Amino acid sequence: MPVSLAGGAIAVAGVAVALRGSRRELDERTALLAGLTAAFVFGAQMLNFPVAGGTSGHLLGGALAAILVGPWTGLLCVSVVLAVQALLFADGGLSALGVNIVLMAIVTVIVGYGVFRGLLRVLPKTRPSAVAASFAGALVSVPASAATFVLLYAVGGTADVPLGTVLSAMLGVHVLIGIGEALITAVTVSSVLAVRPDLVYGARDLARPLELRTSPVETS
Amino acid sequence: MTTKRFFVAFLLVSLVLAGIVSFYASSSPDGLEKVAGDKGIAAEEKDHALGDGPLADYGVKGLDNERLSGGLSGVVGVGVTLLAGGGLFWALRRRAGAPDPS
Repeated sequence: MPVSLAGGAIAVAGVAVALRGSRRELDERTALLAGLTAAFVFGAQMLNFPVAGGTSGHLLGGALAAILVGPWTGLLCVSVVLAVQALLFADGGLSALGVNIVLMAIVTVIVGYGVFRGLLRVLPKTRPSAVAASFAGALVSVPASAATFVLLYAVGGTADVPLGTVLSAMLGVHVLIGIGEALITAVTVSSVLAVRPDLVYGARDLARPLELRTSPVETS
Repeated sequence: MTTKRFFVAFLLVSLVLAGIVSFYASSSPDGLEKVAGDKGIAAEEKDHALGDGPLADYGVKGLDNERLSGGLSGVVGVGVTLLAGGGLFWALRRRAGAPDPS
């Protein structure tokens, strides 16, 4: 219980900061896009894909949402999905909602979007770079989330289990799940970039709108 | 592609994923459930307080057809998430003409 309380406190603080930060990211168009992104993450999270030995994985969506609509709004998108799952679908305990928001919204957005932006800073500013960076960000975000779970478990777990085996088991399977996360994220980001690059928040400095030139153009 | 057309397409993709493709999803435990089960962490788990809700565990209560029940619950989930998220983001948005808060 203390861990779920601490998780709840971190989640409330994170969501509160995101509520302020997201105002900068949201206008009428992006508000609709963000609602649709949350709905997409909900749908995609239902699609468990097999990874290994009777285990499945599913999208977490933090990296994807952050890249599409901005990190603050992306954090809120995943939090809304987790709240709907807990309240309507009995998926994820109510007392665990805070911990789930920390693991699947806050950690995935910080790590996923951080890696994405970091890579775009050093890669050429092209669409293939943005897709590759989204793949890498999503890939890393899943084991980061799993490692944070083990950290919370180390602090407040009540079952008597050696931490080393929990950590290696969690990281092993979540690296595989991260590959699925990365594929779904990269395919989605590249699809949106193909039709409406201006709608991808994380790649907005790649989109080059037509310039109105007032200087004469040399013709000779 | 116009913005409106893009939004409609994005929503349709989400509805198809949640309503139809979800039927083919793996029913194996996910990574956390699996590790928690193997390592004896799940022994601490309790039943969900809302486990008797009409949409608990991604099925519509009273609908026996698995494809229909799961698909319908997915469609409802997409709709509810869109309304909840869209409503929140609409309330948070920058108003046209208002100064940029950054």
